[in-house]
Amino acid sequence: MMGRISTTARLIATLVLALCFAACGGIQNAINPAGPNAENISRLWWLMFYVCSIVFVLVMIALLLALRKRTVEAADRVPVLEPPEESERRRRNVVISLTTITVIVLFVFLIASYSSGRSLRLNDPTKNGLSIDLTGHQWWWEVRYNDVDASNIFTTANEIHIPVGVPVMFSLRGADVIHSFWVPNLAGKKDLIPGKINTIWLQADKPGVYRGQCAEYCGLQHAKMALWVVAEPQEQFNAWRQNQTQQAVSATSDAQKRGQQVFFSTTCVMCHAINGTPAGSNVGPNLTHVGSRHMIGAATLVNTREHLAQWIKDPQTFKPGNRMPQNNLSDADLQALVEYLQSLQ
Amino acid sequence: MSHEQEQRNISHKKAQKAQKEAHADQGLSTTISDEELAEAMRQEREELEKTWARPGGVWGWFTDTDHKAIAKRYIVTAFVFFLLGGIEAALMRIQLAFPENHFLNPDRYNQIFTTHGTTMMFLFAVPIMTAFGIYFVPLMIGARDVAFPRLNVYGYFVYLIGGLLLYTAFFMNTGPDAGWFAYVPLSGPAYSPGKRVDIWAQMITFTEISALVGAVIVIGTAFKMRAPGMSLNRIPLFVWAQVVTAFMIIFAMPAVMLASSFLASDRLIDTHFFNPAEGGDAILYQHLFWFFGHPEVYIIFIPALGFISPIIVTFARRKIFGYVALVLSLISTGFIGFGLWVHHMFATPIPQMGQSFFTAASMMIAIPSGVQIFCWIATLWGSRLNIKTPLLFVLGFFAIFVLGGLTGLMLASVPLDLQIHDTFFVVAHLHYVLIGGSVFPLFGAFYYWFPKWTGRMLSERAGHLNFWLMFIGFNLVFFPMHQLGLNGMPRRVYTYLPETGWGTLNLIASIGAFVLASGVLVFIVNAVWALRAGIVAGDNPWGADSLEWSIPSPPPNYNFHNIPVVQGRYPIWQATADAPIVRGLNTKKRETLVTSVMDAQPELRFDIPGPSIWPLMVALATAVTFIVGIFTPWAFLFGAILAGITLTCWFFADPNYENKQARETGQKSEHVAPRAELQPKEV
Amino acid sequence: MSDIRPGVGGLPMPVQNPADQHAFDANEGKRLYSQYNCSGCHFNGGGGIGPPLMDAKWIYGDRPENIYSTIVEGRPNGMPSFRQKIPDNQVQQLVAYVRAMSGQLRKDVAPTRNDTMNARRSEQRTERKTPLQTTEPPQ
Repeated sequence: MMGRISTTARLIATLVLALCFAACGGIQNAINPAGPNAENISRLWWLMFYVCSIVFVLVMIALLLALRKRTVEAADRVPVLEPPEESERRRRNVVISLTTITVIVLFVFLIASYSSGRSLRLNDPTKNGLSIDLTGHQWWWEVRYNDVDASNIFTTANEIHIPVGVPVMFSLRGADVIHSFWVPNLAGKKDLIPGKINTIWLQADKPGVYRGQCAEYCGLQHAKMALWVVAEPQEQFNAWRQNQTQQAVSATSDAQKRGQQVFFSTTCVMCHAINGTPAGSNVGPNLTHVGSRHMIGAATLVNTREHLAQWIKDPQTFKPGNRMPQNNLSDADLQALVEYLQSLQ
Repeated sequence: MSHEQEQRNISHKKAQKAQKEAHADQGLSTTISDEELAEAMRQEREELEKTWARPGGVWGWFTDTDHKAIAKRYIVTAFVFFLLGGIEAALMRIQLAFPENHFLNPDRYNQIFTTHGTTMMFLFAVPIMTAFGIYFVPLMIGARDVAFPRLNVYGYFVYLIGGLLLYTAFFMNTGPDAGWFAYVPLSGPAYSPGKRVDIWAQMITFTEISALVGAVIVIGTAFKMRAPGMSLNRIPLFVWAQVVTAFMIIFAMPAVMLASSFLASDRLIDTHFFNPAEGGDAILYQHLFWFFGHPEVYIIFIPALGFISPIIVTFARRKIFGYVALVLSLISTGFIGFGLWVHHMFATPIPQMGQSFFTAASMMIAIPSGVQIFCWIATLWGSRLNIKTPLLFVLGFFAIFVLGGLTGLMLASVPLDLQIHDTFFVVAHLHYVLIGGSVFPLFGAFYYWFPKWTGRMLSERAGHLNFWLMFIGFNLVFFPMHQLGLNGMPRRVYTYLPETGWGTLNLIASIGAFVLASGVLVFIVNAVWALRAGIVAGDNPWGADSLEWSIPSPPPNYNFHNIPVVQGRYPIWQATADAPIVRGLNTKKRETLVTSVMDAQPELRFDIPGPSIWPLMVALATAVTFIVGIFTPWAFLFGAILAGITLTCWFFADPNYENKQARETGQKSEHVAPRAELQPKEV
Repeated sequence: MSDIRPGVGGLPMPVQNPADQHAFDANEGKRLYSQYNCSGCHFNGGGGIGPPLMDAKWIYGDRPENIYSTIVEGRPNGMPSFRQKIPDNQVQQLVAYVRAMSGQLRKDVAPTRNDTMNARRSEQRTERKTPLQTTEPPQ
């Protein structure tokens, strides 16, 4: 019976493993590193994974071997209270050796962990690096790019662009509750704790889009508080950054002008800022360049006209419990507003 | 002749010899006949039955102090909470089976996962482990009752009230929704309005009082009420595990009481413990909580290690390999367990140098666990094993817990933890160590000790089905979660977007949840069936070695008629025909023997209080204090006065050593073991 | 208590404010109070540019419908109209909070301390003040 069970167990294990590894790879994946931090951690992961797997298999083999003598005899066999000295001594030696090996393996892990941790510390981050202040709100990310020159400082939301190959230093703050900034492809996570400033640096070595998600339970919409990190070549990044420091594009077409009117005369202006206009509230995400963002609602919906219209009309269907109220606008007003917002590139 | 008959003959001969020797000492030389001796013993037993009779009726349910009855109540109540927690888990798995599922809205989901964690950790795991201690520690050490029976009753009622408080709130949509750990500022006054988190904080108080009570009782009983001859190095490993756990409870619980009290005070009376703007600190809460929270998981795990040792010894039919190593491992696990708590906080701005210490400690704790695993395998090695259900669950423990422990090493490392912290990888790890490390041994313990509680065996065939459904179901649910965590899925999310690609693994996990649930269902059916129609177990159906198997199943209220003098670590196996017994304890009032801590030398006869209503009254006073304290701080003043009055009544009331009221009614004076002639077939 | 209202009649007049019964809504009102910059004129309830909101004196009435009117329609001498700027359910939450500031809400519904510097006792620990009608215009 034991043999049959082993086979079944083995089959099941194989099936499960196969399915698991089928899902390997992709964005928001900790073992698909795209930067030195994640690469470092990924190496540590594979070391520990292989060693632990070997240990597990060996322990299971030992257990199965211990079970090889089976019986169906009743319970009143005479118990062994004085096992032979020789076999006890052998067992003791084996247990002591295995314990010693355990200690050695643990030391190996410890040293690997420490050296990995040391490599995660950046020696001189500000040399040619970038400094970003990230503030976590319920349930969106406020991103502020710092610069020595004050006119280059700007604020955006939920989408971070970084140049490839350059270390970026993040200063993390929590505005309300504890959040956690986590972009698995690039680095481990750090918490954003109100009252404290936490720091993390990360770097992307390949251009691409990396999805990150809040990793500390922060209330109703913790599940949909995500962000995009877009790594692009230095020139593209510079162009993007230059654009972001500009004030909002003025409304040109009739539809856009009407949309701007709608923006100022309804609830939008109470919470959202558009630089270069009288709208200056920092309760919600800054919309100065919302048209250029890939996603809306903290990486909940792709930023298309249709999604934007649905989102504005009733954000609660997509993200129930979030702070943006429903807006009962007429169809024409809604379309004009969307037209205006999409023009804010 | 059968094992039981052999045992009875041995007791009889012992008693006869004792009589003869006593008379010889006094210079008498008469001998009495076997029939007269048997009649004397029967009369003594009858007297004992009356003295230790349990009170009947509704009033009796509230006043009964029999440790076995209280322990069974704990077990049933905790199991009900286990089922409720399991239902909550099933609901969560249904919601997460598909991306953007609308089965539960976020508010409901948040309440459910909070209640699931809170139920499992506070209302199921710790109380059920305490319950096993309360039931078996006296039986394994040869005592007639626990050290503080009325305190035991108090502990149970406080626990029950705490659980009812939480579930009443949950079913009224006021359940806590800030996670079982309730980090501030989310759980603070500004971001969790209403009374949801206040109810959680006060429930903590109830369960912690109950746990502390259980710990005090276990320590008092285990150290001072052992049978003569059971020196410290002869205590069963089960008792060692319970003692270590009890000490851990005493040191860990105050930290969470502080954390929850500070939180309740911030929310109720505007203190600023956790308000950074006024000098408080959000991380203070995390330190206080996790200083409790990490030992808490060892409090849940270590008693399970105490289940495994007796089961392995019994089925391997040999003495345990490495008794001293196992005891030292238990103690060092308990000790080191207090030095790990920051590994829950690696993502906070605590300096890395400090965090590294906790990496080292978190890895170091694998050493005693490893020693235990090696010693157990060494015990099993070479023995001819009859793989009955308890042993099967223990084998399941090995497979699951070792994997969980290994993923724990991964989480111990700071850099790696920064990737997998707060993801489904941690969910996988914690369930592997808690379910594999505690629930599987717990089910093994159910199968092993069910005959002792009820006098009947659970069905072996259903037991094997139970095991395989749980084992396969468990792995289906939680193994894919390792991959989900590495794939970027954070914890505590009510849904996820389709483009993340997490749908397949989540679906597998959700299907597995139902397989696991069906395993638990098989267990319930098995237990209900066996209560009526299971094979009648005798005193010692497994042929085990510890003292609880030397008395009838179910045990009489007074546990031991004649407390044995223990001669080794394996009392039944090492019993000789002329082993001495303890004579002279009063049969007309409840009395047991108190012995010294190290060598169990008899010290004094100790009167044990009988049934009393005052523990319930003090529990109600406690309940009023803390429940009304959710709404107004004045409750603490009035509650304290009330508690003072009821405590005074408790202390000054008649301790009821003679069991006066119950003697008259005598309703539950006898445990009737099922008749041996009724032997249902194994189904 | 007072039926002063500007303009012609016909304003929606909820007699019961559902937000008065729910701690969640009162807490949201507190959050909105600072986010919509009511504190800019009314500060933490003590008033400044605008009249105090935490005292017992009410110019236009203390009933939920009066406060609703104040917010939606505006009032003379500087209170802007927030019609269409603040959705109805949020106005109700603000109404609940304004009443909480003078202790009108049940103790288990009123908000407790916030996570910033606390300028005064939390609304939950504020004594209930009996509303008084006054006709004094704000200073």
